[in-house]
Amino acid sequence: MLTLTHFLTLGAVLFSLSVAGIFINRKNIIILLMCIELMLLAVNLNFVAFSRFLGNLDGQIFVFFILTVAAAEASIGLAILVVLFRNRRTINVAELDDLKG
Amino acid sequence: MIVQELVFYVFALVLVFAAVSVITVRNPVYAVLFLVLAFFSASAIWMLLEAEFLALILIVVYVGAVMVLFLFVVMMLDINLVPFKEGFSRYLPVAVLVAVAMAAELLMVLWARGRFGADMFPVPQPHPVGHSNTRELGELLYTNYLLPFEVAGVVLLVAILAAVALTLRTRPGIRTQDVGQQVRTRRDESVRLVKMKSEKPRSV
Repeated sequence: MLTLTHFLTLGAVLFSLSVAGIFINRKNIIILLMCIELMLLAVNLNFVAFSRFLGNLDGQIFVFFILTVAAAEASIGLAILVVLFRNRRTINVAELDDLKG
Repeated sequence: MIVQELVFYVFALVLVFAAVSVITVRNPVYAVLFLVLAFFSASAIWMLLEAEFLALILIVVYVGAVMVLFLFVVMMLDINLVPFKEGFSRYLPVAVLVAVAMAAELLMVLWARGRFGADMFPVPQPHPVGHSNTRELGELLYTNYLLPFEVAGVVLLVAILAAVALTLRTRPGIRTQDVGQQVRTRRDESVRLVKMKSEKPRSV
């Protein structure tokens, strides 16, 4: 029988994997964005699972809005990426140190 | 019941495999394709959770639009992949350490004394045959959540404007149509009247 624990475990594993991805691919902005998408997917999985097991649809509404905001975030992030590549000819995070941060 | 478990484990394995591939594969194009696979598997699992509308939205909007946007940008940028290879093995131990610690903490909470097990959250009965997830979601979205829905539309509009404004560039030296100039123009700028004698028929 599939209990809530199954789905939450899957979400937790997915979230940890994407955190590891941010550590591994800290040079490549595109893969960093993809890891953020994966994190959002894990969070959405938790929302949907709780929505099902609590018999309450509000969780699915939340997922709806998260998807909307994530789409907006991805489009603006990729636009910034394109402008960055046009100006600097690189997307390597290590070389983007103009602000001396 | 056993079929559901089988479906869950198959798609969960595919999902985890795809996630591992996304973060380890070197070529960003392959990473995007594995991300698409991950979204498809997640969509199947949402279908198992009877969130049919969101499962389809995930495929249509996410795979169809956002992932294609990713693919487009990855293929448009001419990226030199060599610098990204360095540092992989250096950061790998830290990444594994953080991920394992984080997963262990989360799973300790999840698995402790069956806190989220079948006793606390009994498995709900499947919905009857004529049940429409889309209708229920729509009724909630257009009544209780009408204002957030409108705000979401504004957010998308702002995203469109920001993306266009960021990537728009005017190249010098290209002849383009200037509508203001066209409207402002007056008659005497474009029409010239020439006085000349009328032609006479040639006398034979």
